[in-house]
Amino acid sequence: MKIFTSFITLFFITFGVQAQKAKLPNVEVKGLDGKMIEMSNIQKEGKPMVISFWATWCKPCVKELNTIRDIYPDWVDEADFQFVAISIDDSRSQHNVAPFVKGRAWEYEVYLDTNSELKRALNVVNVPHTLLYDKKGKLVWQHSGYSVGDEDVLFEKILQYSK
Amino acid sequence: MFFSRKSSSIPNRFIGSDNSSFMNRILIIVLILIIPAGLFAQITQGRLSGNFQLDAQSYRADSTIGAVAVPENFLTNSYANFRYDAGDFSAGVRYEGYLNTLQGIDPGNDGVGFPHIFAQYRHDDLDITVGSFYEQFGSGILLRTWEDKNLGIDNSLKGFRVKYTPIDGIQLTGLIGQQRIFFDMGPGLVRALDGNIVINDVVPLLRDKATRVSLGGSFVSNYQPDDDPIYILPENVGGWASRLHISRGGFSMESEYAHKINDPSADNGFIYKPGHALLINTSYAGDGLGIALSAKRVDNMSFRSCRNQNLSKLMINYLPPISKNHTYSLMNFYPYASQSRGEMGLQGEISYRLKRGTALGGKYGTQLSFNFSLVNDIDHQMVNDSTPIWTSGTDGYTSEFFRFSDQPFYRDYNFEVERKLTKNWKFSAIVQHLQYNQMILEGKGGMVNAEIAVLDITWKIKPKHALRLETQGLWTKEDKGNWAMVLAEYSVSPHWFFSVLDHYNYGNPDDTKRQHYLIGSFGFVKDANRIQLSYGKQKEGILCVGGVCRNVPAMNGFTISISSSF
Repeated sequence: MKIFTSFITLFFITFGVQAQKAKLPNVEVKGLDGKMIEMSNIQKEGKPMVISFWATWCKPCVKELNTIRDIYPDWVDEADFQFVAISIDDSRSQHNVAPFVKGRAWEYEVYLDTNSELKRALNVVNVPHTLLYDKKGKLVWQHSGYSVGDEDVLFEKILQYSK
Repeated sequence: MFFSRKSSSIPNRFIGSDNSSFMNRILIIVLILIIPAGLFAQITQGRLSGNFQLDAQSYRADSTIGAVAVPENFLTNSYANFRYDAGDFSAGVRYEGYLNTLQGIDPGNDGVGFPHIFAQYRHDDLDITVGSFYEQFGSGILLRTWEDKNLGIDNSLKGFRVKYTPIDGIQLTGLIGQQRIFFDMGPGLVRALDGNIVINDVVPLLRDKATRVSLGGSFVSNYQPDDDPIYILPENVGGWASRLHISRGGFSMESEYAHKINDPSADNGFIYKPGHALLINTSYAGDGLGIALSAKRVDNMSFRSCRNQNLSKLMINYLPPISKNHTYSLMNFYPYASQSRGEMGLQGEISYRLKRGTALGGKYGTQLSFNFSLVNDIDHQMVNDSTPIWTSGTDGYTSEFFRFSDQPFYRDYNFEVERKLTKNWKFSAIVQHLQYNQMILEGKGGMVNAEIAVLDITWKIKPKHALRLETQGLWTKEDKGNWAMVLAEYSVSPHWFFSVLDHYNYGNPDDTKRQHYLIGSFGFVKDANRIQLSYGKQKEGILCVGGVCRNVPAMNGFTISISSSF
């Protein structure tokens, strides 16, 4: 065990420090139509991308996404960006994600992270959790939790990176 | 599934520590072999990332609520993930520390270590993972390994996994490993195969058709030596599952059926009956309207990599509860948990949005949702005239597939209205009727009938400042009687929040137990870093996430939580 731990530490020190080019990990998520797609294929080139982790059972997440729904048309007018909501619902509530989303008239892209693989790959501790990637796909900002008004902070960041 | 602090630890014969150090050595060799090969260039282009969480709680005795002190005075759970991604290569290690384990989580965790280490290589059609990994086949009713730190669950497999996509639309997965239990490995050897075919991707003629069909199948086998003094047990327990998904436009139908050979275990009282589970989910998602309907039948379908284990330890499969996972505390006071011995249920949910600018919808629109779930026991008949059902060493019982038993486990009907009244005011109101079979779900009491109501109001006082008021009531003649709850939360986006919360058991049949459980909290958030401090009394209750629950004892003291993603 000790040997392994020191090996890992050495490995991170050697290779980790010099490189900070953030790219989305090659993790597959499921579309609402059941199609599997790699995260790297979801991001459209030349646009900043917001990834918002949520779940149908997470009240603050739903509040945040409902709030954004109401102001989304204005956001889209003012900035060129991509908004992706990733549900971490497991097989208990996953089948209800598409009806839940359409029944609330959310217009963003929604994908299912069926066994939280993407959540782990992006080091999300709890939902809601929001990440912002710049035009080149580099992680530039993240925020955990939701309080009323956080959506304005997010939009300031989107504006800043969509210029 | 409940943990108690005094729950028995695993017998030593099941701890394979020699085995795990052997696995670690293999890992090192594999890593050393993988790294220097052509990947060197990619690796130097990568990114180091991770996260960290610490939860600490002090415990003071309070006889009025049944809270006890702990000899350590305070307990902490902590973990940190470090992850390195570079092109097709990823590797990671997780530290975990339970010094000592927080109450409500199995104290078998006590200790510190690096229980989760992995390396993964993904290139085009091939995906290879060595070390610890999480996997789910279909809906998980035959195999799902997963983690939830809040529940103290981690049944990851440690071993080797390959995923291969020979042609577009076909994915094959094979794995072998042992399951994690605390800082050790379980005694079983899990071998599994899964295949998934998306018909539309495989048959070019169907590629652009609106109707999409996919098929899948899995096989899982667990090897555990038979050291039982009484029974001759199957050492290789095999199970298979098949699934079908059809969708067209907004319609979707998903079903999965799993079967397992006889597997006498502590869960089923050592009966020799095979097990099975069926899950059917249908849904419609249209413009402003969503409908989901599910049916489920479980018959003796506990599947573990150790036949003597209990609670959430060494589970190979996951039986999703057929009920809504509520978030408001009193709605979640009597939560349903799947019964692996047998259950039959139905669940439905309708989400409907009244459009903005209409008479009923108001200026901003109104959200309506209705959800119900009904779960009963399955039918049980004696295998012959002289053998009572559930007799160890026999086939246990027979059961007619489509017949419900008249024993109700759970009923839940809930209706919610959410509406934005003005630019600065929003509310959500819920009414719920519950029927909860406490004897089956907690092993005490009888049937609990309860009505619950919730009102949640948010007032945006000025930009970035908001006040949220939540009031809840639970009315029942059974168990602990009536409860009231009030929460006031003031938030200043994006950094601060303060809250005061009181649960009051005003209707407890025992006068001395009509107590207030008052908690004050404050938190600070900066980007992905959070710190939260609370002080007060926590009621005893069941905490559920993703359908699995743990019993949290009554507590009195300070709580501090710190988390960070980087």
